[in-house]
Amino acid sequence: MQIQQLSIFVENKAGRLAEITELLAKAGVDIRAVSATDTSDFGILRLIVSDPEKAVPLLRAAGMTVSLTSVIAVGMMDVPGAFAKAVRTLADHAINVDYMYAFTSRDMGKACVLLHTSDNDGAVKALQSAGIEVVGAENIYRP
Amino acid sequence: MRFPIHWGCSMFFQKEIETMNRKELEELQLCRLKKMVDYCYNNVPFYHERLNQAGVTGDKIKCLSDIQYIPFTTKDDIRDNYPFGMLAQPMKNIVRIHASSGTTGKPTVGAYTKKDLDNWSDQVARVAVAAGAREDDIFQISFGYGLFTGALGLHYGLEKIGATVIPASSGNTSKQLMMFRDFGVTGLVATPSYALYLGEQLREAGYPAEDYKLRLGLLGSEGCTEKMREQIEATLGLRVTDNYGMTELTGPGVSGECEYRCGLHFAEDAFLPEIIDQDTLEPLEEGKSGELVVTTLLREGMPVLRYRTKDITRITYEPCRCGRTHARMEKVMGRTDDMLIIKGVNVFPSQIESVLIGMEGVGPHYQLVVTRPNFLDQLEVKVELLPSTPLDRYGELEAIQRRVHDRLKSVLGLETKVTLVEPKSLERFQGKAKRVLDLRGQ
Repeated sequence: MQIQQLSIFVENKAGRLAEITELLAKAGVDIRAVSATDTSDFGILRLIVSDPEKAVPLLRAAGMTVSLTSVIAVGMMDVPGAFAKAVRTLADHAINVDYMYAFTSRDMGKACVLLHTSDNDGAVKALQSAGIEVVGAENIYRP
Repeated sequence: MRFPIHWGCSMFFQKEIETMNRKELEELQLCRLKKMVDYCYNNVPFYHERLNQAGVTGDKIKCLSDIQYIPFTTKDDIRDNYPFGMLAQPMKNIVRIHASSGTTGKPTVGAYTKKDLDNWSDQVARVAVAAGAREDDIFQISFGYGLFTGALGLHYGLEKIGATVIPASSGNTSKQLMMFRDFGVTGLVATPSYALYLGEQLREAGYPAEDYKLRLGLLGSEGCTEKMREQIEATLGLRVTDNYGMTELTGPGVSGECEYRCGLHFAEDAFLPEIIDQDTLEPLEEGKSGELVVTTLLREGMPVLRYRTKDITRITYEPCRCGRTHARMEKVMGRTDDMLIIKGVNVFPSQIESVLIGMEGVGPHYQLVVTRPNFLDQLEVKVELLPSTPLDRYGELEAIQRRVHDRLKSVLGLETKVTLVEPKSLERFQGKAKRVLDLRGQ
């Protein structure tokens, strides 16, 4: 139930994001979700793409530090309390969230939160037994 | 601004030696040089072998220019004989050890006999008096104490002229400023950058100038531009003079400026200077700039013959208005090697390379960027991340950064700013790499 996320080291300089995303566009790799935070010198760009196995060698060949990181995707209805229930479940199992970001998918018709936790396998089990939907990779890469 | 009250009336610590006519001085140098060659031959196996190969003995030195037949000594020679291979005296006669950072992990060692310490403090005393220091001065030494020759060198030299010495050491700026005022400090010994920092802090604190009696700054151990000197003088209200020396040659006291500040007078009775072409190694005539080579004429513990300082300067033998007859060197204009002096600390790029090789997550390529924001040296080390470094958490990058920083700190003894950059983003060099970007002059 784990999704392969691209983690790319980027220096904080003008045009770098454009270069990376153009490279993916040229190879026909679709970006499903993206996350980057503000840092002074460098940061990590996190991408969920349609074809991570293809993207990694492509970016490495362009001289970038890239790694594949496992994350989990939690699908939830856009109603009050849905997200709170998910993170409460993780908290009750003493699982820490390192970072997360979200996107909405028209095809799935719901919000999708991507999580990197201290224990991804444990998180999947806990969420599923609490009746929360964990979205599989096939539904994320290709809608 | 308060300038030395003795301005225009030259004072000397050892007038007879400092104003000796050149003919007598050169006779003295020749006599000491001959003795020094034999002393090295008889007491240091390294020199015994070198002088044997060159076929030079004291007898064969007929005039000062015969010095050119003596082989050079380099920093590598001293390093190869680490720690005590260059000593000419048994350890029972050595009373002090100093050290400065070397090109690799091993420091360059200096060893002193009782007589060496006595001569050294005389040489520093001359520099201090030439700069205007007197027995009623109160000097605060804000160099870091320890293995570094700067602090203890100035300490004993100033005590020798009867001045009051406050061994403040570096750091704790507010306490430094408090002592300036409460102790009525008249003289400061520091690196130019620290002096400037103290000046800025003094201004910021907004204390009235009449609370301070500062009048002399004996600054050294790193470069100081004219502009920086003016700024230090303006903020601290003192007059700055420059002095020169290095552990390999004893420490500070090799040369220093007099009140006219038109070059640094050598202690020529103790140090015989030459200027050579750094490529052909041929001696250059007076006034030409090249590499400074120095032979110690009095040193007992660790004498050196024709030590290549790698500092670029030129020498004049013209008499000076102050009355001193000893040769003057210009402020050092550069180096023949890649040594950097950052906050008074010698830094060799090879040291940084040795830290990076074997560090996890980063490659061996680097670039050094040296800047001087607010007149304080800052060293930035740019390091390439490896393409396969895991990026699970941002904290892992910070951990890499911190490991490099901490390792550099322990090897260099210096705070650096470590910046991670993308793989293969730093320039690659064929042949000799230009890895240093020194922007301090801009």
